[in-house]
Amino acid sequence: MSGSASLRNRLNATVRDIPRSGIRDFFDLVTTVKDVISLGIGEPDFDTPWHVRESTVFALERGATHYTSNLGYPELRRALARYVGKTFGAEYNPENEVLVTVGVSEALDLALRALLNPGDEVLYHEPCYVSYRASILFAHGVPVAVETRAENGFRLTRAMLEAAVTPRTKVLMLNFPNNPTGAVMSRTDLEDIAAFARERDLIVITDEIYAELTYDAPHTSVVSVPGMRDRTIFLHGFSKAWAMTGFRLGYACGPTELIDAMMKIHQYTMLCAPSLSQKAALEALARPKTDIGEMVNEYRRRRNFIASAFADMGLECSRPLGAFYAFPSVARFGLSAKDFSLALLREEKVAVVPGTAFGACGEGFVRCAYATSLDNIKEALTRLRRFVARR
Amino acid sequence: MDGLLQILQSNALESRENIARMLGVSATEVAQRIADYEKRGVIRGYQAIVNEDQLELDKVTAVIEVKVAPQREGGFDTIATRIGRFPEVRSAYLVSGAYDLLLFVEGSTLREVATFVSERLSPLDGVLSTSTHFMLKTYKRFGVLMHQPGPDERLSVTP
Repeated sequence: MSGSASLRNRLNATVRDIPRSGIRDFFDLVTTVKDVISLGIGEPDFDTPWHVRESTVFALERGATHYTSNLGYPELRRALARYVGKTFGAEYNPENEVLVTVGVSEALDLALRALLNPGDEVLYHEPCYVSYRASILFAHGVPVAVETRAENGFRLTRAMLEAAVTPRTKVLMLNFPNNPTGAVMSRTDLEDIAAFARERDLIVITDEIYAELTYDAPHTSVVSVPGMRDRTIFLHGFSKAWAMTGFRLGYACGPTELIDAMMKIHQYTMLCAPSLSQKAALEALARPKTDIGEMVNEYRRRRNFIASAFADMGLECSRPLGAFYAFPSVARFGLSAKDFSLALLREEKVAVVPGTAFGACGEGFVRCAYATSLDNIKEALTRLRRFVARR
Repeated sequence: MDGLLQILQSNALESRENIARMLGVSATEVAQRIADYEKRGVIRGYQAIVNEDQLELDKVTAVIEVKVAPQREGGFDTIATRIGRFPEVRSAYLVSGAYDLLLFVEGSTLREVATFVSERLSPLDGVLSTSTHFMLKTYKRFGVLMHQPGPDERLSVTP
């Protein structure tokens, strides 16, 4: 055996055939350009609240540096169960229905691996977070993408799912508020989806990492719809609302049979989520309203600003209702999403992410994150206006 | 607090047009509401937040705790207002605890501030005692840290 080609042939075929994330390629390109203003960053520009950081330092001093229980510190699980019960309207037993993970990404991977047999189909909606398709494939499932559309506010409807469901469908994945579209689902929307899931006897995995970041109406979770708690794995974490991306802390709540199965994989692979991050999370839950309230107000102002500026320059954009993304259409410029993004980067040094990074149906759109300072947003929009005026 | 006031408190120079975009209202309405706040005295003025430590000014600031005797009818207000009228007094607060008034007093030299305390403040009727602390360095003013923030360390594009 010699040479890189033969090594490549030894790779697991699934891994070998999955392309790198489109975002990764674009990132490599952006780093070669100087003085870029980036609307491409999918994480908060706020610092983690100081009391959280300070108490993490204290936890380190106190020596919270050992393995924790596989499920996570019991006091953290109790706090999470309380928070989820109060905020999302579903009760979970912290003893066996809450699992603390290394970010929502790990939780999603565990959920899919715990559920899927080779060939099981997973319904998910695109445009979506970059990892969904790959995670399903890694778990030997069959990804079945359902396309959401701008004219519909990128919401998911029962009719879309009916058209894609088969007898092999086992799981339905939801992500609202949505990355990259900023779409949210109302209670009525979710009730339709829930009825579909019940009739088809599907397990639902709901990634609600942006739940606290909604701007016009409070978030509704699918777990609060009657009959859904017992067929749903609820995923959440601290990265977005608390600006704690680097802590890598997420969690899953669900019926004990499912959490137990996920725990089995977690204990043999990850052992436990980092102890210090768990301590940080416990502190973060002490006063969520204060921490998140100000950030939400600021995101809302930026959302209003960016939406109004897009309207002024004639960029069509479905109203962003949650998360911190706007997803305007650039189709009228006669460029692909990628070429538009490249030209904008080259000519005006503004980075946006081509919609195709989030699924094929993202063609004709770009994702603009407003998780950056208002000054940056103003300057980026001035440049974008100039760019658009030239076309 | 009102969103408009929050925006002005973080940047009073923000244009009416930009504020209007952020709040989803018209620029005219923003201008009217600001005028109304000014008229009602809710907005008392606009000032820059200056890091004076960078300027090497000939300036001394003292934080002075003052015990006073509240007066019949006027309570603390009469004596506090009287003290507040001195231009040397930059801020004055009524506080709970071991003393009553907390003053921030400015002068160009230590002697000047000392003279103010001994010859102006202490002799006032109703002032029982004072305790003066000279300020050495400012770390944070009006919610703004005085050290320069580091560069944004986030990756330039992330999922």
